[in-house]
Amino acid sequence: MLSLNELWFVLVAVLFVGFFFLEGFDFGVGMSTGILAKTDMERRVLINSIGPFWDGNEVWLLTAGGAMFAAFPNWYATLFSGFYTPLVLLLLALIGRGVAFEYRGKVEKEAWRKTWDVVIFIGSLIPPLLLGVVFADLIKGLPIDQAMEMKASFFGDIVNFYSVVGGLTMVVLCLVHGLLFTTLRVTGDLQERARRMARMLMVPLAVLVVAFFVLTYFNTEIFNVRGGILTAVIALLVIAFALAAVFSGKKRDGWAFGMTGAVIVLTIASFFIGLFPNVMISSIDTAFNLTVTNAASGHYSLKVMTIVALSLLPFVLGYQIWSYFVFHKRVHEKGHLEY
Amino acid sequence: MDVVMLSRIQFAATTIFHFFFVPLSIGLAFLIAIMETMYVVKGKEEYKNMAKFWGKLFLINFAIGVVTGILQEFQFGMNWSAYSRFVGDVFGAPLAVEALLAFFLESTFLGLWIFGWERLSKKVHLLCIWLVSIGTVFSAFWILVANSFMQRPVGFTMNNGRAEMNDFLALITNGQLLLEFPHTILAAFMTGAFLVTGVSAYKLLKKQDVQFFKKSFIIAIIIGMVSSIGVALVGHQQAQYLVKTQPMKMAATEALWENSGDPAAWTVTAFIDTKNQKNTGEFQIPYMLSFLSYSKFSGEVKGMKELQAQYEQEYGPGNYIPPVRTTFWSFRVMVASGSLLILFSLYGVYLAARKKLENRNKWFMRLMVFSIALPEIANASGWIMTEIGRQPWTVFGLMTTADGVSPSVTAGQVLFSIIAFVSIYAILAVVMVYLFIRVIKKGPFEVVKEEVSSDPFDKEGYRHAIS
Repeated sequence: MLSLNELWFVLVAVLFVGFFFLEGFDFGVGMSTGILAKTDMERRVLINSIGPFWDGNEVWLLTAGGAMFAAFPNWYATLFSGFYTPLVLLLLALIGRGVAFEYRGKVEKEAWRKTWDVVIFIGSLIPPLLLGVVFADLIKGLPIDQAMEMKASFFGDIVNFYSVVGGLTMVVLCLVHGLLFTTLRVTGDLQERARRMARMLMVPLAVLVVAFFVLTYFNTEIFNVRGGILTAVIALLVIAFALAAVFSGKKRDGWAFGMTGAVIVLTIASFFIGLFPNVMISSIDTAFNLTVTNAASGHYSLKVMTIVALSLLPFVLGYQIWSYFVFHKRVHEKGHLEY
Repeated sequence: MDVVMLSRIQFAATTIFHFFFVPLSIGLAFLIAIMETMYVVKGKEEYKNMAKFWGKLFLINFAIGVVTGILQEFQFGMNWSAYSRFVGDVFGAPLAVEALLAFFLESTFLGLWIFGWERLSKKVHLLCIWLVSIGTVFSAFWILVANSFMQRPVGFTMNNGRAEMNDFLALITNGQLLLEFPHTILAAFMTGAFLVTGVSAYKLLKKQDVQFFKKSFIIAIIIGMVSSIGVALVGHQQAQYLVKTQPMKMAATEALWENSGDPAAWTVTAFIDTKNQKNTGEFQIPYMLSFLSYSKFSGEVKGMKELQAQYEQEYGPGNYIPPVRTTFWSFRVMVASGSLLILFSLYGVYLAARKKLENRNKWFMRLMVFSIALPEIANASGWIMTEIGRQPWTVFGLMTTADGVSPSVTAGQVLFSIIAFVSIYAILAVVMVYLFIRVIKKGPFEVVKEEVSSDPFDKEGYRHAIS
């Protein structure tokens, strides 16, 4: 039976997995407005394909942050203060992106739209990059002292070769995931091109994923601790990736999208599997690691939160799924375009 | 400047900016929900147009509220990590519940509302905006649960040097919360209402779409009247609660250095000399402070000097007097703005009731346009009073602001983030005002038309062509 601390670790992990699966594709679609779309109309179609969803997807990140704060205050405090600068950049990107989606269609001027298009592109590229970097750093270990304070240098501790590969992997993974989502949401030429671009990107993505896991093997301890289960996860990941390529080739778009989704789910899950029972690893001394025990709230708090979360989650999932069902029709130029 | 000061500036800047948009979102969502209800009940297109037109302004505003809200959640950990460790057990829970209960509700159903006009039945679509409105209110409730704990910590026990929750029910029935929540929500309704009356007044002055804006004006002015009076009534209760729970804040609000004596006079204005701890040029109303504090014309209110001595005994040496001038003046700005709004709304309702909106009272209508800013001024100064008046505490009696700051963050990092956020905020503010003015100038019918697809064979385009 899981202890409450373990349950909350799993819940935080699930929230991040959900976030990367969902917002992963809208980051990807955001990026594809810059590289896939040729005309303003195509950009509008792409943005509309995620229009009703992106805001709800982003709430997964907020909820993950809130859950960390409530269940593991020390994790939240060390992580958020330690990664101060990357988080400022992340916030700037998310602020710009959110406003851009809402504002780009409000004025019929080319310069206006082009400006917001740039913001959408950069704002969709930066978050997966930074989050990839942060997650890679988390399993690699960071200079965390006895007082649980992390004093990391920006270049070196936070931005290093390993973490940058992690960030780039996340970017390309989201992009491919987003392109496959596009194939489900649009029609005609745009759909065809999205499929082709996704297939084309699968080779560099495969290279990045392999490089990332090889580097992980050499840069982190997680394979020493949990080699068996991680190998199994990676085996599944390879299968999912291969299937994504096959399905995409056969124009089985839904299945292909599901498979890149599985790759994202397994990648993020492998982070948390490797981390457990730690939540942050100290590169100074493993005795200073933050764990699901020493970083957590008291039993009472976790109990209350568990009751609240378990009674609300079914409703949240229910209406989110319903909203995808309401907007299941493809977006095309002849339809109602909001942005 | 040190990290504490910079982090405080950062917090103040981001929070005040965020709070320009939040009450407007809460208020407009509620008004739009009412308008769309009228559409569904009465079946008249003009109410639908109303929901759509005010919906445009709502969405422009909501976008900034949402994106600046992400920062609000993150900055506790980023800038105030020691604080987050100390109270995370108690303080984190309402924030997590806010995300789970309110943010998902708002964002999902707002998406459905924006894109669902043609996809959902009338009633389901109406339900969406009500759920958005409820979501915004839930959101305010949970964030105020967290804030009330900072004002009056309850439902916790100290364990290993940090606060741990031991009574969730006590947190959500905190006496502070039971007043702070209605005060804030009513202020938010008032903010939305005065935006709608102000914009309507402007259009009525211009004689554009008179019927449309007259109706909007009437709906909003009634809500504005009820909520602005409500805010004041609850505010009065709150002041009395403050005398009991945070007497120092109340004393600073009144710039009361010495004990007031019985009965206590209310200082309307004064020159405050914080160095010598006294005031000059006071203009006072006798008995009034006793009434404000106890709802009767007798009773003494404690002054800052005595409270300072008392706190030193209780908490050790230190300065427990908050910035007096800021607290004093922000309170007066809040009360003055609120009082004006009550007067305006009463007169507005009178005009509407006598059907005198037709031969509009020009100077009054102009005043209504300017009064769009008054609720925002009142909201901001109200929060400044609440938060500055609590200093030096971040959690009253438990932790000082200086102790809550992140030890691992440098002044340079915070300065960099202030510059980054303030510049992006400045840009956003300009863009938002520009878009607001654009939508208002175009008016409701241009806005509705604009949405329609240009393709004549499209369902919407066709309907537009024959209508």
